[in-house]
Amino acid sequence: MKPAISIQKLNKSYKDEQALKNISFDVEQGELFGLIGPDGAGKSTLFRILTTLLLADNGEAEVMGLDVVDDFRNIRNRIGYMPGRFSLYQDLTVEENLDFFATIFGTTIEANYDLIKDIYVQLEPFKDRPAGKLSGGMKQKLALCCALIHKPEVLFLDEPTTGVDPVSRKEFWQMLKRLKQQGIAILVSTPYMDEAALCDRIALIQKGEILSIASPESINDSFHGTLVAMKSHRMYELLKALRIHPKVESCYAFGEYLNATLVEGVTDWKPIEQDMRDKGFDDLVAHDATVGIENVFMQLLSKTEA
Amino acid sequence: MKQYLAFVKKEFRHILRDKRTLLILFGMPVAQILIFGFALNNEVENAGVAIYDMSGDYESVLLQNRLENSEQFFIERECQTTECIEEAFRQSKARIGIILPQNFGSDLLNGQKPEIKIVSDASDPNQAQVLTSYATAIILTHVKGRATIVQNAPIVSAIPRMIFNPELKSVYMFVPGVMGLILLLVGAMMTSLTIAREKELGTMELLLVSPLYSWHIIFGKVTPYWLLSFFNAMVIVTLGIIVFDMPMNGSAALLIGSCLLFSLTALALGIFISAKANSQMTAMFVSMMGLLLPTILLSGFVFPIENMPIVLQVVSNIIPAKWFIMIIKGLMIKGSGMTVIWKPVAVLVFITLLLGVAAIKSVKPRLNE
Repeated sequence: MKPAISIQKLNKSYKDEQALKNISFDVEQGELFGLIGPDGAGKSTLFRILTTLLLADNGEAEVMGLDVVDDFRNIRNRIGYMPGRFSLYQDLTVEENLDFFATIFGTTIEANYDLIKDIYVQLEPFKDRPAGKLSGGMKQKLALCCALIHKPEVLFLDEPTTGVDPVSRKEFWQMLKRLKQQGIAILVSTPYMDEAALCDRIALIQKGEILSIASPESINDSFHGTLVAMKSHRMYELLKALRIHPKVESCYAFGEYLNATLVEGVTDWKPIEQDMRDKGFDDLVAHDATVGIENVFMQLLSKTEA
Repeated sequence: MKQYLAFVKKEFRHILRDKRTLLILFGMPVAQILIFGFALNNEVENAGVAIYDMSGDYESVLLQNRLENSEQFFIERECQTTECIEEAFRQSKARIGIILPQNFGSDLLNGQKPEIKIVSDASDPNQAQVLTSYATAIILTHVKGRATIVQNAPIVSAIPRMIFNPELKSVYMFVPGVMGLILLLVGAMMTSLTIAREKELGTMELLLVSPLYSWHIIFGKVTPYWLLSFFNAMVIVTLGIIVFDMPMNGSAALLIGSCLLFSLTALALGIFISAKANSQMTAMFVSMMGLLLPTILLSGFVFPIENMPIVLQVVSNIIPAKWFIMIIKGLMIKGSGMTVIWKPVAVLVFITLLLGVAAIKSVKPRLNE
């Protein structure tokens, strides 16, 4: 079976910067594939090339075995796309928006109702409300409905949960899992590392380059070295002190803790803890840290930059 | 077809739900025609006359009475020198001066043509021209009547007669001009604005990713505005006829046809602009500076094309509104038929076809970079 999306050595430059550098990866049928990276990493550019909106400088890309340049008309009938920012008609009601997108794809709401039912029941009480007056979470649900209304085979979601509250984000990801079970391949991008764990596979992307592609579990295994979490009420001073410590390779703030990666070969962090106490961090708390995707990402970043 | 209809329906919803759009669409034409019709007119009413009567006989007094009794003039002062007339101009009290020669009455009755001098304040040249022609008309009619009565023999003289617009009503000029302006504004500005809005809001991306073809998007956008432009044109014509007694001498079918044609020209321009403009600001600016100003200045709406330098006269040929105004004036005021107006019609058709092809070609199936 052909992969849902196949990308080979894709390059794309804008005037003076290279947005995508030699990108290659495949997304299998029915796979939920996450593209993880900060703003400006080139995620939206990649989405636009795959959804036939932009032309790449060189390289090949296929969606459902169709070339994104030669077969763009066919692709447009078979994909669903949710752009990075809310892009529905704000002055049209929920129902009018959905009806419009159903019609331009040559179908009706009724014909494909079963696919969007789970999501649409939550919107139904507001169906006569203008889309611009919905809450952030509701807007995203409506946008997803509009992207799904023609039963696409591949779904492209560009940062669908940015700016959405945590509860709605969680609900949104549950919907994606259900869609995946229906056999729809999904390419989703997000700047949130916690969402990455919900994907089948993820690609870490930075400055137009793919740093690593793996399942969330195995990506954590790729972390080298020992990770230790520390906190004190004088966080900034602690961060500075740890960064200049000879046994610490790198140190970043993660939530309420600092995560310090030790230099290669060092596994015991007790002496470092002692050094910090000697420096006057009396309330220091230190323990082993579990490796998260953020840590892998930061490590990969520092490696590419070095 | 279904997709096209859905698009038109959506477009009508946008228009009807946006109060600003509605105001521009329906308020502006009415406001403009009323402003141009009532406020900006060249018509002469109660202009002051400084008169320098060198003869002071019976006939000259009769002529002065005739001027005084006209709607257009009143005798502001009686002068004894030409300097006095200049002074009246400088004070802006009088706008025209009339000098009657010595022996005016006897010369007139003896069949010798007395020479009457008309001096006008040309600091406003258009006004001066209009005033002079009014005064000439009044004086000549009067003098001719007197001479005939007394001598019982006609004297030869040229008497201007303003045909088609005997009262020199400026609204006859403005109605076709405002029609051109409004159609251009609604067509070009509104269409380019709505397409730019789709780009700004990101909905254009969704439309492009859908199976819609460019022509769905173009014709779906254009249809509602085409109907509305046409509706506006009819409102302006009706207002012109009812409120300003504009004549309608030509064929109504031809008038409707040319309004529809010119709306298409404007819409093609609008699409052409929007293909290049990515924001509503740019679209607005280009329509204003690139279309509205040249139209007002070079279409013959405000300034007569014949008086322009030759370069501008050539440039005026590419202004679609110029041809449209020619057609409308011919139809409404002169009652010309197709045999007379075929040339501007042909030019307009040609421009429209050219712009239409350029517009359709300018819409790409992908995003601009």
